[in-house]
Amino acid sequence: MVELVISMGSHVIYEWIYVGVVVSILIWVGAEAWYGEKLLHEVPKDHITIKVVGQQWFWTFEHPDGKREVGTLHLKAGKVYKFEVTGKDVIHAFNIPHFAVMIDAVPGRINTIWVKIPEDAVGEYLIQCREYCGLLHYNMRANLIVEA
Amino acid sequence: MVIEVARPRPLWQILFSTHHTDVALLYLITSIVFFMLGGALALTIRTELLTPGTTIIGDADLFNRIFTVHGTTMLFLWILPFISGVGNYLIPILVKYKDMAYPRLNAVAYWMAVPGAALIWLGWSDTSWMAYPPYSTMRAAGPAADMWIFGLKILGLSSILGAINFIVTILKCKHPDLPMMKTSLLVWAILVSSLMTLAALPTFTAALIMLYTDRLGVSGFFDPARGGDPIAYQHLFWFTFHPEVYIFLIPAVGMAYELIPKFSRKPIFSYGSGVIAFLVLSIIAFASWAHHMLATGLTFTEKTVFMIGTLAAVPMSAMHVFNWLATMWGGRIKFAAPMKFVIGGIMLFFTSGAGGVVNTTLPLDFITHDTYWVVGHFHMMLMGTVSFIFMGFLYYMFPLITGRMYSERLANVHFWFTFIGTAVVFTAMHIVGLYGMPRRIWDYVPDPTIIVLNQIASVGAYLIGIGMIAFIILLIRDSVKGKPADMKDPFGIGEIYYDYRRREPHH
Ligand code: HEM
Ligand SMILES: [Cu+2]
Ligand SMILES: [Cu+2]
Repeated sequence: MVELVISMGSHVIYEWIYVGVVVSILIWVGAEAWYGEKLLHEVPKDHITIKVVGQQWFWTFEHPDGKREVGTLHLKAGKVYKFEVTGKDVIHAFNIPHFAVMIDAVPGRINTIWVKIPEDAVGEYLIQCREYCGLLHYNMRANLIVEA
Repeated sequence: MVIEVARPRPLWQILFSTHHTDVALLYLITSIVFFMLGGALALTIRTELLTPGTTIIGDADLFNRIFTVHGTTMLFLWILPFISGVGNYLIPILVKYKDMAYPRLNAVAYWMAVPGAALIWLGWSDTSWMAYPPYSTMRAAGPAADMWIFGLKILGLSSILGAINFIVTILKCKHPDLPMMKTSLLVWAILVSSLMTLAALPTFTAALIMLYTDRLGVSGFFDPARGGDPIAYQHLFWFTFHPEVYIFLIPAVGMAYELIPKFSRKPIFSYGSGVIAFLVLSIIAFASWAHHMLATGLTFTEKTVFMIGTLAAVPMSAMHVFNWLATMWGGRIKFAAPMKFVIGGIMLFFTSGAGGVVNTTLPLDFITHDTYWVVGHFHMMLMGTVSFIFMGFLYYMFPLITGRMYSERLANVHFWFTFIGTAVVFTAMHIVGLYGMPRRIWDYVPDPTIIVLNQIASVGAYLIGIGMIAFIILLIRDSVKGKPADMKDPFGIGEIYYDYRRREPHH
């Protein structure tokens, strides 16, 4: 090892400065990421829980009052939702690209993720599967309808 | 092989030979053939995605099989055999030994790859190259998935045998007058990647057996109904395959170190920093595997740990790039094909490295994971950097292999089409990923932006296709008809070339 460090020679200093700069940038990126993730980690208290089940090749949603929907999900603008996601047969991934909601639907596990739907987000959005799950994976979509 | 063409030997003599240059030749030809076959599958995929709805592939089942075989082929039948080919040619020369340490084992390792490849191409599995259970254990159709499992099993074993052979050749057969610190950095690269293979691969090899017994129904390692957990497979898989991505990259880095000083006519800026970066990376590479699993429901702590592990590996790649640029700085660079491909590869390395950092930055991974962004990221790396440096190195070895010189003009056509094509396809893929397009889909939402981006990507792919046609023509034509090369210094860079007499087989 000593031999190695010596062989880095006289120009060593430039390289260490450069490595120092790279490392500082990475530390900054890592810290920001950690902080952002921490904010997202805590689910706000007043959330509404939706149970989501993915199976080949459709989505089922269950509201707190027991009402079930298949292929369509109705949510209200301005509310916070927590999704409890699982898979029935193989692994899928529950994804609403517009709201950056993304979590795997794994058989035998319940994964959670939450989102606050903005007040002005009334409209229709795409729900899709983002983990390869076989034949009709490409078409495993559902409709998200945000109502006022 | 021109020496072969000029003084032909019967084919069976090469096939049954255990001499390192003969085995190397077999590895190289095999890998290039699969590079072209895998490329043909890629063009088929890009053509299907040219328009929403069916374009040329009638159903999703065929499409799923095509991307599975494409991915498996490129990783295990192009990149790995190419590394073995270059290693077999050059490691004995660079450590001044007469052959590999175990010539017969060497030939066995090559010949094992043949049934492995056959199982993958005859089986035509639809599991994707990651073969996540429960899909791969409970739903994927046999015998395709079973053949895929056995194919990879055999290829894995062949890799392990090859790795042992390289390690012993380098550490035990190196000429006593040649200290390790005076060997080429390519020797270090092959040594480090072989050691990593030994540490990383057994885990996946075990996971393959577990997949198989789960498929047979005699175990339930990955079946929650029987107390198993599908996520366990992902840990086993990525524990092997995150290090494996560096097993693909490190030999390419070593080849770049072999070329850059020669074509810049300057010594390496810092040999020691190259060695340190290899050694440190080989260890840190084992601390990042779960960055592929950030959406599987890891805890906050787990995610943080693996993000740090991933970021910790980045400075090592940055050190290599610095070393290359500093070596080129102020050199009299000769822009022959090998150097063009290396410089192109370094340029694309920046993009893919930055993309990788975005992938691991926690909240952002929820935007990029399992979208085309990730496909763009790793192709920028594996095509843009690894395959580029490989192709450059093949040009450098061309006189050694054939005794002839390739046509620089055709090589230029190959380079520019491939370079522009690669930049276009994989940049477009990054962007369409940000629009939320999932990977591994036969059909996409007919949104105008997504359609246009897919079409740009497909056009880029066709440019690469044109470049590859030039490449094939060059390889075939110039190895038969190229001008005889000046074997002392074929590139006119005032450097001593490899000792070509070594390729005469000894019986
Ligand atoms: C700057 C260094 C790198 C970083 C920070 C990085 C980071 C990542 C991350 C976080 C992912 C997971 C993305 C996701 O699925 O959400 C990923 C995927 C991948 N990376 Fe990298 N990477 C780096 C370099 C490389 C290199 C050198 C290679 C290969 C030579 C490579 C090959 C791959 C592959 C093959 C995948 C995707 C595998 C799959 O899902 O099919 N990466 N990378
Ligand atoms: Cu799916
Ligand atoms: Cu990785």
